[in-house]
Amino acid sequence: MSLCPRNCRNNWIFAVVAVAMLCAAATGCRKAKVDPFPASDTVSGWQKTSDTRVYAAKDLWQYIDGGAEQYISAGVVTTSTSDYKFQGQLEAVVDVNTMGDAAGAGKILTAGQTTDAKAIQLGDAGIQYAQSIVFRKGPYLVRIVAYESTPTTPQALLALAHGVEAKL
Amino acid sequence: MKNRRDFLKTAAAGAVLLGSEGKLGLAEMLDNHAESPRSRVVVAKDPALHGPAGTSTGQPDEKRVLDLLDRAIAAYTGREHPIEAWKRMVPVDKVIGLKVNGLGGKGISTHQALVLAICERLQQAGVKPGNIIVWDRNARDIQACGLTINTDPSRVRVYGSDISGFEDEPVAFGSAVNVKLSKILTRQCDMVIGLPILKDHEGAGVTFAMKNMYGVVERPNELHANHCNPAVADLNRIPAVRDKVRFTIGDAMSSVCEGGPGFHPEHLWYPNALIVGEDRVAVDHTAWQMIEARRAQTGLPTLEAAKRPPRYIATAADADHMLGVNDPQRMRLIEI
Repeated sequence: MSLCPRNCRNNWIFAVVAVAMLCAAATGCRKAKVDPFPASDTVSGWQKTSDTRVYAAKDLWQYIDGGAEQYISAGVVTTSTSDYKFQGQLEAVVDVNTMGDAAGAGKILTAGQTTDAKAIQLGDAGIQYAQSIVFRKGPYLVRIVAYESTPTTPQALLALAHGVEAKL
Repeated sequence: MKNRRDFLKTAAAGAVLLGSEGKLGLAEMLDNHAESPRSRVVVAKDPALHGPAGTSTGQPDEKRVLDLLDRAIAAYTGREHPIEAWKRMVPVDKVIGLKVNGLGGKGISTHQALVLAICERLQQAGVKPGNIIVWDRNARDIQACGLTINTDPSRVRVYGSDISGFEDEPVAFGSAVNVKLSKILTRQCDMVIGLPILKDHEGAGVTFAMKNMYGVVERPNELHANHCNPAVADLNRIPAVRDKVRFTIGDAMSSVCEGGPGFHPEHLWYPNALIVGEDRVAVDHTAWQMIEARRAQTGLPTLEAAKRPPRYIATAADADHMLGVNDPQRMRLIEI
């Protein structure tokens, strides 16, 4: 056998493997990259009013200062956040924490619950207050907080929460 | 021995020296009296600040906030006329900084109404608009307080350390090492009034007057070890912080008693109060008691039981820091 055919075969095999690896990587990135924030008007009445900000665990202090410790202890990987507005008036913020695992998400969900927490069917588990919703789905821990309490706040938050949950 | 009224008059007169000699002047004035000097803290309340008593409407009434501020400052200085009181409190020909706290986001940040009220009184007292700087860490935190960024020196300036930058040379005290201070503090303000918002804090226990200074440094995340003790006290002991931050007008109009420093509306309550004083340690001690009282009311454990009592308050009062008093016997709490 001559050197040329072996080299050609090796180069061809290398190229196939390289292409396969690139495809796998691309597929893996697409699978890992989740955008949980509903675009404006995809959830009735809700507008997305800010860019999405993403914080790695080591930078979470920039967003929530000492509050970061609790999330870091529970294994947070990243926190993404965006602002929303309902019917041009009610402002809210959506925080999506990607935890290391579902157990970490569960830890945050159960921390600090008050007696007026209401269990709701959302994701793997969820609770609702008059002005906020917290739920977990797999490794994701989502917190949605409204800055005002009105008669329509709970229902509006629930709709937005379902919109986020559907994208996880 | 002077009677209580004469003592209060003299103690109030000591506030005259805030603008010139600061705390030393006040302490000397008090030491001249037979009665032991005590740190004054005023807690001023208005049950109808957020609407009729027993209800809450989100934002406090602006007119009532101005009135509450006037009552608090009058009680502290002994001067009924608000303009005269402010003239006694601040050097009107200097640059006055108002350090707000917007870290908690829109739901739990220093109220815009309080900032506007103070700016109004400062200008009426003779401080030029451009010599008032309302500031915090960055634009986001400032906007959380309902404020708009403005660097135009012909008006009240409002901006963050993201615009001014931080000192290149770090400073240190105790555990607070490699601290780079905001140039707003070090170069732009002659005097700073702290406007913290009252909150529970997951690490430190309570965040108010002294913890508000974490917004003055470039990397506050490096000061959170051991529940922020002794870092809070050490940071406040750094000369630029200790000497320029002369007064606290603490925003306790709304507060969170659990889950702080972020906004947890399920723990939101409305003390409808301002806590004011020169002694940052006494102010923080008072704030702590307020948080504990609310936690007891709502069935939450004490901060001690929750394993995060604000030990930095006692540290700030110790012999190494001497930033104020945390002994109630050495405080005069004036509730109005």
